Amino acid sequence: MREGMFRNPSGCAISGIFSKSGKRFSGRQIIESIAVMHERSNGLGGGFAAYGIYPEFKDHYAFHIFYDDIYAKRECEEFLEDHFDIVSFSQIPTRKLPEIKDTPLIWRYFLAPLPAKLADSQQDEGEYVIRCVFRINTGIKGAYVFSSGKNMGVFKAVGFPEDVGRFYRLEEYEGYCFTAHGRYPTNTPGWWGGAHPFALLDFSVVHNGEISSYDANRRTIEMYGYKCTLQTDTEVITYIIDYLHRKQGLDLKEICSVIAAPFWSVIATRPHKEREELEYLRCVFDTLLINGPFSIIVGFEGGMMALNDRLKLRSMVVGEKDDMVYVASEEAAIRVIQKDLDRVWSPKGGEGVIVTLEKGSA
Amino acid sequence: MAAFDIYPEYEIVRNNERCTNCRVCEKQCANGAHIFLTDKNRMAADDDKCVNCHRCVAMCPVRALKIVKTNHTFRENLYWTGKSIKEIKRQAESGGVLLSSMGNPETYPVYFDKILLNASQVTNPSIDPLREPMETKVYLGSKPDKVVRDEKGRIKIDLPLHIKLSMPVMLSAMSYGSISYNAHESLARAAAEAGIMYNTGEGGLHEDLYRYGKNTIVQVASGRFGVHSRYLSNGAAIEIKMGQGAKPGIGGHLPGSKIVGDISKTRMIPEGSDAISPAPHHDIYSIEDLSQLVYSLKEATGYTKPIIVKIAAVHNVAAIASGIARSGADIIAIDGFRGGTGAAPARIRDHVGIPIELALASVDKRLRDEGIRNRVSIVAGGGIRSSADVVKAIALGADCVYIGTAALIALGCHMCRSCHTGKCNWGIATQREDLVKRLNPDWGYKRLVNLLNAWKHEIMEMMGGMGINAIESLRGNRLMLRGVGLNEKELEILGIKHAGE
Repeated sequence: MREGMFRNPSGCAISGIFSKSGKRFSGRQIIESIAVMHERSNGLGGGFAAYGIYPEFKDHYAFHIFYDDIYAKRECEEFLEDHFDIVSFSQIPTRKLPEIKDTPLIWRYFLAPLPAKLADSQQDEGEYVIRCVFRINTGIKGAYVFSSGKNMGVFKAVGFPEDVGRFYRLEEYEGYCFTAHGRYPTNTPGWWGGAHPFALLDFSVVHNGEISSYDANRRTIEMYGYKCTLQTDTEVITYIIDYLHRKQGLDLKEICSVIAAPFWSVIATRPHKEREELEYLRCVFDTLLINGPFSIIVGFEGGMMALNDRLKLRSMVVGEKDDMVYVASEEAAIRVIQKDLDRVWSPKGGEGVIVTLEKGSA
Repeated sequence: MAAFDIYPEYEIVRNNERCTNCRVCEKQCANGAHIFLTDKNRMAADDDKCVNCHRCVAMCPVRALKIVKTNHTFRENLYWTGKSIKEIKRQAESGGVLLSSMGNPETYPVYFDKILLNASQVTNPSIDPLREPMETKVYLGSKPDKVVRDEKGRIKIDLPLHIKLSMPVMLSAMSYGSISYNAHESLARAAAEAGIMYNTGEGGLHEDLYRYGKNTIVQVASGRFGVHSRYLSNGAAIEIKMGQGAKPGIGGHLPGSKIVGDISKTRMIPEGSDAISPAPHHDIYSIEDLSQLVYSLKEATGYTKPIIVKIAAVHNVAAIASGIARSGADIIAIDGFRGGTGAAPARIRDHVGIPIELALASVDKRLRDEGIRNRVSIVAGGGIRSSADVVKAIALGADCVYIGTAALIALGCHMCRSCHTGKCNWGIATQREDLVKRLNPDWGYKRLVNLLNAWKHEIMEMMGGMGINAIESLRGNRLMLRGVGLNEKELEILGIKHAGE
């Protein structure tokens, strides 16, 4: 059984660290943070997203790919050569650990779409890349692209997140933002692709919860050309955010008003202009409301967003110290890396906390 | 043939020890089933005239009456049933089409009863509607494909007109004429009180009920009875009736005997003339013609009203709905084969059309497959009996449901299924003044509001159990459903898994 063949509810731990000044720091801290919440995971999945880690290839799409075997790799590379200019590629460096088993082949490619192919496709660049990712993931057996953004990367595996971090030698990477996920699935998928974060282009999502609107969300988003192959909440949430942002042009605050829409009774109390807009968003995108418990951290180029469901049915704490912003399922996971915080608070349900790089920073 | 060839289906049983000969039953029965025998100074019954409407039973002050199904029977035969035999005899006698009322009562599968709902356990919490907000508000109408912004980057609020409902239930079309003024007034006032819509049906709208316009859907059917510009502008939405679940493919016939007084005025036809709605709209012989009527009505009302197109659930319903979704209509209403009627040929009612559950599931899927589900809302009707049916219909993909029969039962209907006789003892499906006044709208609308409130509470409880606090998150959420005792094909069409999967 693989992820995607059944629905797999999970409980989880999430954590995120962001430097508003764009100062790059090592991945060591995020491992320490997520390790504190060890008992919120059960060893069946852990992972990280890291932003600003590939400055030397910042204009190229960094594909991280799992291969079951060299045949899958050969077929996939043929496809990549057909569609992209491969600027650089290598095996992703890992450390052998007894805790991490059944390792697939893990490769990294820096890519630029072939201009002629891109023009032929009559799609914008983002759509072109996404279609290629979908084609590999659904069409090439044994190949799975789990990271496809620029100047960012996802690192994930089956195991406890702190072991996954050590396995990928995350402490050797430097970025301005890291997010992490420890998974507590109720089934045993045993497949690396099913671990989180889930990412599409530069958007990555880590998520704690089990959404009760899943099928309403899935059936809506599939109408717009997405294919939910993993049957996980994180996958559908990522697609919804991508759709609202990239295809509908909504900003993150507006996205929060869709996926964690205010109650009608709250909308009624807002000033006219705002009320009209909230009513519009809720009405037009009604089946993209994400219902049921969730806390998510969304990473994207130059920013990070934390959001709870509108009833706040999952814990999530935010802390600030100077230019650093910390988000975690538990305050302890922040305190372990920063004891002396300027401010700590629990955002209200549906209240998105959005942080972006200050102007002029890296 | 002997006059007593067909034995009555029901027998009136009178407890003579209790009966005081007060003759209330006699006064109450418009069918004349109770007779006072002056010479014997006691009541008697003519079972042949009894339709089993329970009026006498309910009004008898000493509980002396009950109606029982007769145990008189034909020789048992599982193929040639008593029903078949009697119907043949009746037709041999009359040479006519068998008439019937209300929805299909036959033993076809009821898919609602083979679908079960989900609830949260451990991995996510159920939500208590008594302690947390639980939203049942629904907007019906078309939704734009793309967000547009003005030059300042603000979202352009270009939402097409919507119907707003406090809960996903509307009162379906029942015309003034087929039902009484008092029944119509009860529906209108209940809709206004509950924050939902009722539907005029095809008989126009009585002047006195114009004040409930905000809660009124005005219907335009093939007969165009009572359709004029003030009527169209008065409603919150306009429904084009293409078909009805109880009688797909045929029109309607309100006999001249019912076209009296205000009904004649409201329908804009002479007193005593039959009101015949043609089977098709004679200006709609194809889908492009429908589009023209949709836009004619929009033009006539200055693009201020959403347009509903109502169709009967027939075999090719998914393709038809897809055509309607591209015709400019904002809402599609699908009426299943269990849908009610004031009068329909029995063979049509009992043998034409398909179950709403299957029709709804396939329409919702088709519109999604074609990427146009956001362009229309779907209203499902035809046999919705309870809040559980409502929840299941929404999880299958409906935005909202229509209820007709259930609403009439709240107003006093006892389902004797004799509406076509025009002698409704409960004052609903009749125009006889003495009978109409038996239904007091002050009382009727409150009972209907009670029913709607009760269902709303139950819907909220079921949603909360599933961990859902907004009705839109239930819409099309088929993972919340499981089938029991359904075969692979049925599950495939319904788009649900079997229980245990």
